[in-house]
Amino acid sequence: MPDTATIEKVSIIVSKGSLEGIYPALIMANGARAEGIEADLFFTFFGLDAITKKHWEHIKLATVGNPGLHLPTLLGGMPGVPDLVTRYMERKMDKLDIPPIPEFIEMIADTGAGIYACKASVDLFELDKDDLVEQVQDIITVGEFYAHAAGGQIIFT
Amino acid sequence: MPTATYDGTAVPVDDEGFFTEPERWTEAMGEQIAKECGIDTLTDRHWTVIRFMREQYAAKGTGPTVRVLGKTSGVSVKELYQLFPKGPAKTAAKIAGIPKPRGCI
Repeated sequence: MPDTATIEKVSIIVSKGSLEGIYPALIMANGARAEGIEADLFFTFFGLDAITKKHWEHIKLATVGNPGLHLPTLLGGMPGVPDLVTRYMERKMDKLDIPPIPEFIEMIADTGAGIYACKASVDLFELDKDDLVEQVQDIITVGEFYAHAAGGQIIFT
Repeated sequence: MPTATYDGTAVPVDDEGFFTEPERWTEAMGEQIAKECGIDTLTDRHWTVIRFMREQYAAKGTGPTVRVLGKTSGVSVKELYQLFPKGPAKTAAKIAGIPKPRGCI
């Protein structure tokens, strides 16, 4: 591909509900808008936690089953450890000027990016529009997602 | 290094067209760069952002990110994207004659 090629539009799917599962997608969506690239975020399955009023301020880092953390699984599973490790990571991110998830999602909505929830997942978790944060523009089906994504790149995280 | 000519003066720029010597910049050049970026008229609000970019660069050696702009320039993130649809920090830095801000947020 010639290096003059450009990306004009990205549709990013967020399927995980852990801190490390959500942040990369938010950074990519925000970064796309900062470059003038059109961006939409589509939250599905446990990714919905990031746009659910009850959960979005309480997203935790996965301390079990996460070899990259280099923490013994038994230790990661002890009471209080997920909170401790999450707080440590949040403090580090704050120093790097990475916003907390609620502020980040508000900012991404302000950049003009679309924020959508997956209908199948909303039904599965028995949620409705009122359970979701106000930045969510709509609850859409997979077919509607593809219609939104037409002409751009799809990134699954 | 490539050069670009604004307001009748050749100035050194990087591969993407960002100034490498911000002290060579003038407001008249800024207006011309804005036109190249698709902004025909710079309003007072645009200039608020452009001047803020230059002040921050002078103070810190790098231009601010969109988040910092939204929090400290007096222009909200929403308005920043209305003023500079192709990316506020990037476009405003180019118009302001400072190097492209590097950062992931």
